[in-house]
Amino acid sequence: MVEKSEQKQVKKTSLYLSVFAAAMFLFCLTVLPPLYDLFCEVTGLNGKTASQSNAVEVKVDTSRTVEVSFVSINNEGMAWEFRPTEEKLLVHPGQAVTTHFYVKNPADYIMVGQAVPSMVPHNATDYFHKTECFCFNQQALAPKEDAELGLQFIVDQDIPKGVKSIVLSYTLFDVTEKMPEVVEQKKLELSAKENTQTTEKLTVGQL
Amino acid sequence: MAHGPAKGFSRWLYTTNHKDIGSMYLWFSFAMFFLGGIFALVIRAELFQPGMQIVDPNFFNQMTTMHGLVMVFGAVMPAFVGLANWMVPMMIGAPDMALPRMNNWSFWILPFAFAMLASTLFMEGGAPNFGWTFYAPLSTTYAPASVTFFIFAVHIMGASSIMGSINIIATILNMRAPGMTLMKMPLFVWTWLITAYLLIAVMPVLAGVVTMMLMDIHFGTSFFDAAGGGDPVLFQHVFWFFGHPEVYIMILPAFGVVSAIIPTFARKPLFGYSSMVYATASIAFLSFIVWAHHMFTVGIPLLGELFFMYATMLIAVPTGVKVFNWVTTMWKGAMTFETPMLFSIAFVILFTIGGFSGLMLAIAPVDFQYHDTYFVVAHFHYVLVPGAIFSITAAVYYWLPKWCGKMYDETLGKTHFWLAFAGLNITFFPMHFSGLAYMPRRIPDYNVAFANWNMISSVGAFLFGAAQVLFLYIIIRTIVSGKKATDQVWEGATGLEWSVPSPAPYHTFSTPPEVK
Amino acid sequence: MLSIFKRSLALLLAASLPVAAEIDPWQYNLTEGVTSVSQNVYGLHMFIFYICCIIGVIVFGAMFVSMYLHRKSRGVEASQFHESVKLELVWTIVPALILIGMAFPATKSLMEIYDTDNAELDIIVTGHQWKWQYEYRGEGVSFFSNLSQKSKDQIYSADAKSDDYLLDVDNPLVIPTGTKVRFLVTAADVIHSWWVPELAVKRDAIPGYINEAWTKVDEPGHFVGQCAELCGKDHGFMPIEVKVVSPEEFESWLGEKRAEAAAIAEAAKQTFTIDQLLEEGKVVYDTYCAACHQANGQGVPGAFPAIAGSPIAMGDVGLHMDRVLNGGVGMPPFGEQLTPVQSAAVITYQRNAFGNNMGDIVQPVDVVQYQQGQ
Repeated sequence: MVEKSEQKQVKKTSLYLSVFAAAMFLFCLTVLPPLYDLFCEVTGLNGKTASQSNAVEVKVDTSRTVEVSFVSINNEGMAWEFRPTEEKLLVHPGQAVTTHFYVKNPADYIMVGQAVPSMVPHNATDYFHKTECFCFNQQALAPKEDAELGLQFIVDQDIPKGVKSIVLSYTLFDVTEKMPEVVEQKKLELSAKENTQTTEKLTVGQL
Repeated sequence: MAHGPAKGFSRWLYTTNHKDIGSMYLWFSFAMFFLGGIFALVIRAELFQPGMQIVDPNFFNQMTTMHGLVMVFGAVMPAFVGLANWMVPMMIGAPDMALPRMNNWSFWILPFAFAMLASTLFMEGGAPNFGWTFYAPLSTTYAPASVTFFIFAVHIMGASSIMGSINIIATILNMRAPGMTLMKMPLFVWTWLITAYLLIAVMPVLAGVVTMMLMDIHFGTSFFDAAGGGDPVLFQHVFWFFGHPEVYIMILPAFGVVSAIIPTFARKPLFGYSSMVYATASIAFLSFIVWAHHMFTVGIPLLGELFFMYATMLIAVPTGVKVFNWVTTMWKGAMTFETPMLFSIAFVILFTIGGFSGLMLAIAPVDFQYHDTYFVVAHFHYVLVPGAIFSITAAVYYWLPKWCGKMYDETLGKTHFWLAFAGLNITFFPMHFSGLAYMPRRIPDYNVAFANWNMISSVGAFLFGAAQVLFLYIIIRTIVSGKKATDQVWEGATGLEWSVPSPAPYHTFSTPPEVK
Repeated sequence: MLSIFKRSLALLLAASLPVAAEIDPWQYNLTEGVTSVSQNVYGLHMFIFYICCIIGVIVFGAMFVSMYLHRKSRGVEASQFHESVKLELVWTIVPALILIGMAFPATKSLMEIYDTDNAELDIIVTGHQWKWQYEYRGEGVSFFSNLSQKSKDQIYSADAKSDDYLLDVDNPLVIPTGTKVRFLVTAADVIHSWWVPELAVKRDAIPGYINEAWTKVDEPGHFVGQCAELCGKDHGFMPIEVKVVSPEEFESWLGEKRAEAAAIAEAAKQTFTIDQLLEEGKVVYDTYCAACHQANGQGVPGAFPAIAGSPIAMGDVGLHMDRVLNGGVGMPPFGEQLTPVQSAAVITYQRNAFGNNMGDIVQPVDVVQYQQGQ
């Protein structure tokens, strides 16, 4: 039968194996996703463009131009009208550029959208700095409201010579149900606006 | 310890005996094999000719999903755990598994997991229908309500596998008979030791990935939802980080089985024992760095694509070493061809064919044409059916006389082999052709151009199914009325398991044997 | 061996014909395709296949010789050798060298596939459950491509299937010859995969991300493909059809497409009778709605609600328009995909068919007004 010392040994083995299994579980849950994000940012995998950057216009390289084209895609269930105001731009590396995307909510209720950026070629991702982007936040639109959402970016001077054209795509997702707080905020904003309007009217009437 | 088994149902419910638990695992996996087989036959019946005749597309997707899940987690894995339960203690001269009570647990939670999984078929909205690889967001945002039960079932299966693996490692590392050094262990024990480590490393990852799904579905997280900053491709990376080692989990113990059977019937020691051990270890290691070859078309940057292509091609080297070693073991032996040997030889040939198509699939630019076609279906069925199923069948024929003390009918066994061999090739070989002629996988209906190959495949599938019914009959007949087997059973068999009487007594090696 | 060569030669010829070759029910090999990439890929495929064959002949040959010679029934005595470092080294190193030999052409071919620079035409390919959408960048042309009605009618019928069964669409993708076309592939719901074998282009379409692929076809032709990633119920029913035409024909085709769009806008201003709307509505329903809500309007319990007796179809017209045009509760919006006439027709149809009998009419003008928020 199993001896005492052997039993101790067995306990030890199973303990370290259980710890190993638990560690792998936690590793998968907590380490892998951020690790993957980091990996994507470093390698440009999936064209995930990094979040807000503080790049400043340093030196504009007028000897080169890069074509940046913009693609807008509506995810299923997203009824907004969504398109870039300019389909493509020729920019010099180092130059700060601003462009806009037009959005319109055709529905009869407040909707919240979230734009998700993606870029090809993947190796350009690292050299594309967004200083301002509507994709950093959710966007709420009142019924039938439209807007022009801004995007400001700089293409890095160090962008590889081979990259002549960059495609930046935004996929617009409907996150209305996931973001009730944003809807509430928009409602407050709207009613505040209405109030000021009525007060204005009132004052006009009083006069 | 001269207790015999308890009587009645409680014997099975409370047993901590490795032989009882091994038998339960084997019977359970056999039942699951038939269940998964029925799902496969529904698929093949629908694909018999173009047009939708039997099921609707949604149910078809449920069938492909359930077939994959039941075969992988219900049939192959528990069967190997059952073999390990029976054979590992007997091969290393241990009285039982190191953790007998946990052993009981790890088996008994399995039927619940599969009952839960199978019950989803009767739920509103149907069973999981997103493929056994359950890619997000099809399996999260767009999944039927039953996905939650699927997730819990996978959790339980994972827990069972992890417990089983801990038990096997603890047994192998601590309970070997005096003199049984690591490099004297039979190769089946070695491959299981490495497999168990693989399992402990990746089953928690599977549990993790389904947990992330669960949280995305019910708790508003966005691991795999692009809208919330997540990434559906992350799912594939994590899944295949589990999934690729998983396919080796299903094949490494098979290597061990075949490495036991071929020397026995060639009456010659295994060629290159130590290189077999190293090859197994290097395959296990490589399995962790090749996962993205399942995802060549998702848009990985060029350098990543090249890395995964080279790493995958590298696997051919240790796998080749194994095949060459088996062939050399046969060389200049004195072979006889009893049923286990037939299955093992078929294993080597057909697994090698599966390896060839694997090598072709490893070449990323060509994989763009093969990816998600029937060529892939042919490939992985060629590695899994002859690989896992044939080796398990060979193992059952090989050790059954030791388990129940009775000999199976050799003529029936050989009939089973030839039926299964023919059925397998008729089913899966034409899939290479339909795949290359660009038939995508997981489609319930297809263009007339694929009709011929599909009809042949369907006929073969029913033949293969019938062969397995014969297998069940042979086993029952052997247990009920087989001829008495000798203790040695096979002329060329070596190893501790053959030194005990047939049938193996309820308790073996209560006093450890001396290994020289 | 010779016959295999002849066979591949015949395939080669068949594949390079301008129109879709007659289907070969016994086709067993990869297509050679019509682009330099696809031909490289085919060459690589055959190269590796032949290497596998040679290795197979050696290994299986040795096995069969051994099985014949070294049988106990021939009275042989088993030799007991079981180790040879020299042999082990040989069969580690030789395969490794062969692999290096394979890696070179594979790497070259892969780099070609990844070289998407200098494309002359960009097409955005978006996968939807269960259809493709093509948008020609800068050309003002965008349309959806569904499985053709002819194939749909054949799925559940007992009649013989046509040669292009499940491989034909209502609006094929059209590209010009001799032009490097870049595909920007994405998806709007789940993951799909856009695959045309004869162009050797397969790219996963992933929601939220774009992938790129390219092709350049020199001769006019007609090619088909299918979605290659399980994307739900009708994964098997969303084919791809590509027509390659001369640049002149392509230009005039673009003109036609633009004229079509103008005609649709014009038609939206007209008023239709209920019979006209119901007739058109049935066609639209069968094409776009029946996949989920079923042809009889009964839906699928637990998955897709019934139209018959539905509170939406029998409720407020505004809400009904909102659901069809803007989607909701798991249903995709159809406002972009359907013309105003089609939307009006299908809404009218849903309100009056399947025993709903609401008796009201929605005109295209109503739809346009609703969309413009007036």
